[in-house]
Amino acid sequence: MVMDNEAAMKAPVSFYGEEGRFKGIFSWIFSTNHKRIGIMYLVAILTFFSIGVILGILMRINLISPGKFISERTYNSLFTIHGVIQIFLFIIPGIPASLGNFFLPILIGSRDVAFPRINLMSWWFYMIGGAIVILSIFTGGGAPDTGWTFYAPYSIRTTANVSLALVGVIFLGFSSIFTGLNFITTIHRLRAPGMTFFRMPLFCWSLYATAWTQVLATPVLAITLLLIILERAFAIGFFEPTLGGDPILYEHMFWIYSHPAVYIMILPAMGIVTEIFPVFAKRTIFGYKAIAFSSLSIAFFGYLVWGHHMFTSGMSDTARVIFSLITFMVAVPTGVKVFNWIATLYKGSIQLDSPLIYSLTFIFLFSIAGLSGLIIGTLSLNLYLHGTYFIVGHFHYTMFGGAGFGFFAGLHYWYPKMTGRMYNEKTAKIAWLTIFIGFNILYFTMFILGLEGMPRRYFQYQPQFRTNHIISTVGSWILAAGLILMFGNFIRSLFRGEKAPMNPWGGKTLEWTIPSPPPAENFEKIPVIEHGPYKYE
Amino acid sequence: MTEKESQVQAIGPKAYIVVWLCLLALTATTVTVARLHLTAYAVIASIFIATAKAALVVTFFMHLRREPWILKIMLFLALLALTLIVLLTFSDVWIRYK
Repeated sequence: MVMDNEAAMKAPVSFYGEEGRFKGIFSWIFSTNHKRIGIMYLVAILTFFSIGVILGILMRINLISPGKFISERTYNSLFTIHGVIQIFLFIIPGIPASLGNFFLPILIGSRDVAFPRINLMSWWFYMIGGAIVILSIFTGGGAPDTGWTFYAPYSIRTTANVSLALVGVIFLGFSSIFTGLNFITTIHRLRAPGMTFFRMPLFCWSLYATAWTQVLATPVLAITLLLIILERAFAIGFFEPTLGGDPILYEHMFWIYSHPAVYIMILPAMGIVTEIFPVFAKRTIFGYKAIAFSSLSIAFFGYLVWGHHMFTSGMSDTARVIFSLITFMVAVPTGVKVFNWIATLYKGSIQLDSPLIYSLTFIFLFSIAGLSGLIIGTLSLNLYLHGTYFIVGHFHYTMFGGAGFGFFAGLHYWYPKMTGRMYNEKTAKIAWLTIFIGFNILYFTMFILGLEGMPRRYFQYQPQFRTNHIISTVGSWILAAGLILMFGNFIRSLFRGEKAPMNPWGGKTLEWTIPSPPPAENFEKIPVIEHGPYKYE
Repeated sequence: MTEKESQVQAIGPKAYIVVWLCLLALTATTVTVARLHLTAYAVIASIFIATAKAALVVTFFMHLRREPWILKIMLFLALLALTLIVLLTFSDVWIRYK
């Protein structure tokens, strides 16, 4: 199955040195190589992430002393653009488009994805969508101020530049659909000989489940946002109550996409930590099939719980009870995963390097996220907590603590393979500690604020909330310092890091059998697979 | 796997014509149902007819019949998810306006 060291040494030049039709920047932006596209996505995604972080910090600064630095209108725009960027430009494409693009074909023993040109088109759509969203901040009636959910009827009535931002989001949606289509076809058609579905690394299973969600759910978003644009332009009356429309229908359609989107964000992160645990515990994964099927069932049930975002919107009581019930069912496959990860570590020979530390943090933070999710999934409690900072705390623990930390774990795990360099492990650990402390100060305080009754998205607040807001803001600075340290470490290591060996962590999956960084076509000879991916015993 | 698939007999022109006639008949049924003034039930009827038409197109014109079982199961699950989504949304709207 594996290419031996000697063969790897003789392997062709890395994909960075590949000579194609174009030179310089064009050799990147017109490249159909999945690894180059993955790197381009990574750079773009992290750039947008940085912008989103800066906007978030500005919001937190306002909340130390409301009105001193930022006006009400600007604050509304800040949380809208922060949400749109972090959701649509960072966390949805985050793992699948960058690490997924780079590693999926390698992990299944393929030379590229099934549709390399569509892959490149997906990146272009992503960049065009991103550019349009950014453009909407500075043009027309000013930056959108609706919140990232674009709820009707306000999104229909506001004079802010909502239509342009929506066009941008529709482009981003199509980019996501293209990636999903590509991954489904790649996994069905391009697996190496002997690579059955149950011999695939579990990251591929999570990408597979994610891809189906991308393909099925994202078109609903596109059509919903298109209806808002039509409503704004022609006052048709889909969602505007004064014209006979139904604003709750908008919320249904929006969350039919946006709740499965949560699983588009979290499933790949779960896939990454599933790769990391066996490698750093030197043990075969516990319960391979249970993890694989739990990915599919999370994706499936993820379609059917969107109503828990709408418990206070005026939905029928029957629907509220049904949605609350199904919400609890999602916790079951998630619990299966957490159990299997811990069981994998049990009696393992644990190597506590930064990828594993980030993965363990993922479990810790995601468990808090999941348990707080059960609290607000309970209909009666939700009525009290809906629209408070408890929700903000919950979804930051889910999205950032879960998907974000999973992404960071993956970056640390695969950085040597992607760049051919090692990062400084000590700096990585210091950065992790800073991020972890800052994260919890910033977001755990939000749970307390929410329980005390602080409403989300408010520019002003009652004096009793001030201390917690200040603590939370200080947390945001610590978190930002940690992020700067982490990315600084990555950037510095690009130039000064030690050369990475082919397999620095002792991994057993296919990416560790080819040179770091990989050659343009990954494998000189397509490997023949004879056993499962985590053969440690 | 792929060789085995290609050995399965191709769908002949006769089958295509029969499917096409079925699609035409179903389109005619949709138009007829729309004229019967069945109120909300017309929507349900139209969705069922559209699903049947889509199933015919996917099975014969898009050759799902010759695909491996795993793809059939995945498509079925996808269809099931979409059906449940539509059902849940409709049931809420239905109950609210009753």
